[in-house]
Amino acid sequence: MAEVGARYRKKRLDRGIKARADTLFAIASYKEILYLLLPRALPVIALLILPIMLTGYWGKVLIYACMFGLLALSWDFLASCGLFSLGQALFFGLGAYVAGTLSYYLHWTPILTMPVAILGGGFLSALLLSPVLRLRGVYFAMVTLMLPLLFMKMIETTGLLGGTHGLSALAPFPNDWVARYLAVGAFIIVLFIFRRVISEDYGLVLKAIRDDDRAVMSAAINIYWRKTQALFIAGAVGAFAGAFMTHHYQFVGMTVFALDYSILPLAASALGGPGTFAGPALGSMILVPLSEALRALGGLRIALYCFILIVSVIALPEGVFHYIERKYHQFERLVRVG
Amino acid sequence: MEGETLLKVEHLGKHFGGVQAVFDVSFVLRKGEFLGMIGPNGSGKTTLVNLITGFVRPDSGKVIYRGEEITGKRPYTIAGLGIARTFQMVRLFYNLPAYKNLIIPLSSSRVKKLRGGEYGERDDVAVDLLDDMGFERDSFVPYKLAGSLPHGYLKRLDLARAMALRPDLLILDELFSGMAMSEVASTLPLIEKFHEEGLTIIMIEHRLRELFRVVDRVFVLNYGEKIADGSPQDVMNSEPVKKAYLGIEVEIK
Repeated sequence: MAEVGARYRKKRLDRGIKARADTLFAIASYKEILYLLLPRALPVIALLILPIMLTGYWGKVLIYACMFGLLALSWDFLASCGLFSLGQALFFGLGAYVAGTLSYYLHWTPILTMPVAILGGGFLSALLLSPVLRLRGVYFAMVTLMLPLLFMKMIETTGLLGGTHGLSALAPFPNDWVARYLAVGAFIIVLFIFRRVISEDYGLVLKAIRDDDRAVMSAAINIYWRKTQALFIAGAVGAFAGAFMTHHYQFVGMTVFALDYSILPLAASALGGPGTFAGPALGSMILVPLSEALRALGGLRIALYCFILIVSVIALPEGVFHYIERKYHQFERLVRVG
Repeated sequence: MEGETLLKVEHLGKHFGGVQAVFDVSFVLRKGEFLGMIGPNGSGKTTLVNLITGFVRPDSGKVIYRGEEITGKRPYTIAGLGIARTFQMVRLFYNLPAYKNLIIPLSSSRVKKLRGGEYGERDDVAVDLLDDMGFERDSFVPYKLAGSLPHGYLKRLDLARAMALRPDLLILDELFSGMAMSEVASTLPLIEKFHEEGLTIIMIEHRLRELFRVVDRVFVLNYGEKIADGSPQDVMNSEPVKKAYLGIEVEIK
């Protein structure tokens, strides 16, 4: 309601729709159907068309964006039950190495390694982090930050699983089309499943654990078991991204545990607006292509990239997605005062 | 006072640093009993509740519920056995609609088991429960965000959250604190009704007049120690209680 001049002020109005409740949509006209459907359908259609339009270098960027998008979604899922992760690289790396190991030593095809990596990665993530589930806030975050670094150093010093050289000449995907559509498809599916799950009773309990874990405990719900389940789900999604990149590059090395895979999903969530899944997804779709476009700037790229991030966090702390959502549902007009 | 023993507390003790919050407290609670627990501020009432419900681990002593030791078990395990509690400072999910707050206990395995096959839509069950608590079903109140409700409603919502578990033992930690007289007057009959239906209740309360009217037995704590345990009449007349709790009032007489 900012003042504009002395005699006008800005008035915000909710865009009217006849009846809207949690479960009820009264659809009265095409206009309203479109109003509800467009924000969901447009991104999906765009994502399905993009793999046709983008080949070569930008096709790879699209895949990259989807993988970081999955890591960001996995981050947001953990955050929704109060687990603040600084170690998405752990999930990514575990999936990558499970797939890589199976492919290198046992010569399994991606059709087999991918599901095993997803389940195995989720299981290992839950197993490794379940002892620290009782730690809250920054302590949990610290452990998640350390674990990928621990794995990286272990592989480097022991020389296990290919050591510093990594495992190469792994089985690739049949062709680029499969790779691009698998990436985009997984990204869309996870996004919509997460958005659905979080609004169901299951997600309600997860969010309640974040808000007040004692109240949830007094409601006879084993919060540690629920958090373990959340870790498995988030870990499995992260592991998919890792396994995918292993087969896409036909190589897995210790860089899969690098800090980039932890920080970029976090930055994407901050930019897009955490808590909605659409926000982190949007954030990674902005951030990854942007950082690729800025590659020409060389070293300055990182500085500019940090600058954009800081500005967005300060100027738009709610995140891009919340801002767009608000603008979509409201319109502003000037009204005369007095 | 007949009936089987539901809860038995034996020599329970807990200290925080140098403060002895609860010291050698023992008591027995029979099925269907309505126990009032009183004591001056800081006398260890809430700590005792936390010890029974597993939120705090005792240094010494035992808690036995239905013949089974539950000392040091996790809060959710104890709640799953049928001990529900409310919190002195209400603990709710403020950014959820009121009725959605009840989805949390309703999705616990205890409730699933108890309701068995005839489990309805959770949302309907939640609204039914709130209706029983005086949230008129046809008004907007059950569907409003919990954060926007007045304090009296929040207390009753917390009570509803505990009752959603279908408990066998209900522990009310100062349910009436901060409630208006009219709200107390409308909530008290609810609790009496639960008691008449066979629910065992422990009620911590500072409003003695309301408390003494409904309870069978009163239990008095002072500096973490039990100083009296008996019928409301006996407790009111016992010397240590007069000294510790009602002292000033007695001297004026």
